[in-house]
Amino acid sequence: MANMAQAIRMALHYAETHLGVTDIFGEDVGAPLGGVFTCTQGLKTTWNSPLDERGIIGAAMGIAMGGGRPVAEIQFCDYVYNTIDLLKLAGNTCWSSNGDWNLPMVVRTPVGSGIRGSIYHSHSFDATMTHIPGWKVVMPSTPLDAYGLLISACKEQNPVMYLEPKALLRVKGEERIPGEPDDDRTLSKLIDAPLGDRSQWKPQWPEALEAFAVPIGKGKLVREGNQVTVVSYGRTLPLCARAAATLADEGISVEVIDLRSLWPYDWDMMKASIQKTGRVLFVNEDTEVTNFGEHLVRRTVDELFYSLLAPPRLLAGKFVPGIGLADTLEMASVPQQNDITTALRALAGEQP
Amino acid sequence: MSRPRLIKESSAPLPLDRELLVRIHDLMVKTRVLEERLIQMYKQGHGYFWIGGPGEEAFNVPLGLLMKKGQGPEYDFLHAHYRQSGTLLALGEEPIGALRQMKNTASDPYSGGRNFAGHFSLRKYNVAPVSSPIEVQYSIAPGTAMVQKRVGGDGITIVTGGDAGTAEGDFATCLVWSSRPANPLPVLIIVTNNKWGISTSAEGQHGEPRVSERGKAFNIRSKTINGNDPVEAYLELKEAMEYVRKERKPFLLEANVSRLYGHSSASGANYVTDEVDCLKDFEKRLEQDGVLTRQQMDDLRNRYTEDMAAAARIARDEPLPEPESIWKHIFAEDK
Repeated sequence: MANMAQAIRMALHYAETHLGVTDIFGEDVGAPLGGVFTCTQGLKTTWNSPLDERGIIGAAMGIAMGGGRPVAEIQFCDYVYNTIDLLKLAGNTCWSSNGDWNLPMVVRTPVGSGIRGSIYHSHSFDATMTHIPGWKVVMPSTPLDAYGLLISACKEQNPVMYLEPKALLRVKGEERIPGEPDDDRTLSKLIDAPLGDRSQWKPQWPEALEAFAVPIGKGKLVREGNQVTVVSYGRTLPLCARAAATLADEGISVEVIDLRSLWPYDWDMMKASIQKTGRVLFVNEDTEVTNFGEHLVRRTVDELFYSLLAPPRLLAGKFVPGIGLADTLEMASVPQQNDITTALRALAGEQP
Repeated sequence: MSRPRLIKESSAPLPLDRELLVRIHDLMVKTRVLEERLIQMYKQGHGYFWIGGPGEEAFNVPLGLLMKKGQGPEYDFLHAHYRQSGTLLALGEEPIGALRQMKNTASDPYSGGRNFAGHFSLRKYNVAPVSSPIEVQYSIAPGTAMVQKRVGGDGITIVTGGDAGTAEGDFATCLVWSSRPANPLPVLIIVTNNKWGISTSAEGQHGEPRVSERGKAFNIRSKTINGNDPVEAYLELKEAMEYVRKERKPFLLEANVSRLYGHSSASGANYVTDEVDCLKDFEKRLEQDGVLTRQQMDDLRNRYTEDMAAAARIARDEPLPEPESIWKHIFAEDK
């Protein structure tokens, strides 16, 4: 099965050949590197931009205004902060022009911990991005969803922020992307650029790739359960799924929801689950103060208070200025497997 | 560099057709009267904030007249700033739209009552929405130019901003992205230099003798012109636009202009007597050359003043947007 980087690459190939994507660009996105995480190797519309994030977001807006369909990349989300007013402008262009203009553009950026990236390559962007109205915000946790969400993003009439959990980019999927070869080695031979000189290399894209789309705004019920709900996305989602499997052995039944879209999000799915279980834990790795999960906690309290058997909980990154490089510091800064299992066990045992 | 022009001597005959001179004058008067009406509306409490460009008519009107007007990459794109009502009127807009935006009526054609005066948006003529953060348009402009270059044809991207905003990185972004040897872009980069950034004088900001000289480092053809002279502005804009259209390369044009009513209502919006008034100067020359009489020009101004007062009364009585309309247009529907 494809890993997430390969899935993103295949979706972009499909999008530039079938969905009208005209420009896939950013720092080191084009040849020879094809992206620092290899997500853009071998694509035909890629090009390398100047080392200028404001220029990248501005150009994407201009290309979208001009009638193109850009997919821009910010190499790490830590470096997107100097474009924040442009992101605000992209989000309000349709509204402030009373519907006169809209911007069909996608911005991809890797987020989160897990690659020992130290202080400037480990940031999360979910709270900041969901604070900017006018954008759709998605974050996959599997290669298949990465493929399907990107297909949807490239069909959108609106700006879409596509957050890539960098810890999961090399993780192979358990589900097959429609059209990908059965054998991993065959896939790698077809679409992974060789090491060394790749000036003569051309990928051979699987011909059977399909426009498999994951609708923006729809979550995924990863595991059914009836005692406690856990809602997550990105890097922490597979940890939540593993925690649920562990707790099942202890007789604790955990329902796992992969939110996939942060805006708009699948409240119906969360609501139904929380009403069933009466207990909910939101998990992500952004810093915990003014965290996107806090919004979900607030909405849960506002709308589902009388269905709750325990206070809704949030497990998030510590409110510290960065993620230190030492393993011990990184592990202490963002939720790990054990933290999630412990939090779920405690919540499941909590009685009114 | 372009060759110098000898058009500033007042004895030389005006080097444009009479019809064009009359049209430019008409639009300059119309723009000035519109701006004065907007200021009056603000002072009477019929708007919360005024910002505009009285003093820049001599440059903005020719720019609008010279644009290749239409929708899509075959036509010119304008990434404007908020001092360009003259350009919009020259493109054919009716002044009542600007008055409606000042009054924030539901009928405001540019933002539906959501944005400040002077914040135009006109997709049908490729006028990108004007933003309050100054200079972001310089980062966006290379994008439309890239599409235009790819599409072919002679459509160009025009981006305008003030001299103070050239301190922002977006101006450097525009110079860098437009001039890359591997992919030069058809962008006419304009700086209207009124020597002020709100209350900061040019001496407080600019070490460079001329903003246009910043183009040199990027091998961008550039020039500084007198933007208070509509004839010079017209001829220089025409030449610069022809270069960008044909060569598909950037051009940096700095136009020295006046700021006749200060920065905005925040600085009082009163007439500044020690600035050059481009309209007064132009009228003197038109009269001197026998293009128009003083009487004709006074009549024109009076007629526009009456028209504008009538239009303002219409705008004043129109309803504000419905509160529920805040939910409209957050996202575009699939088309």
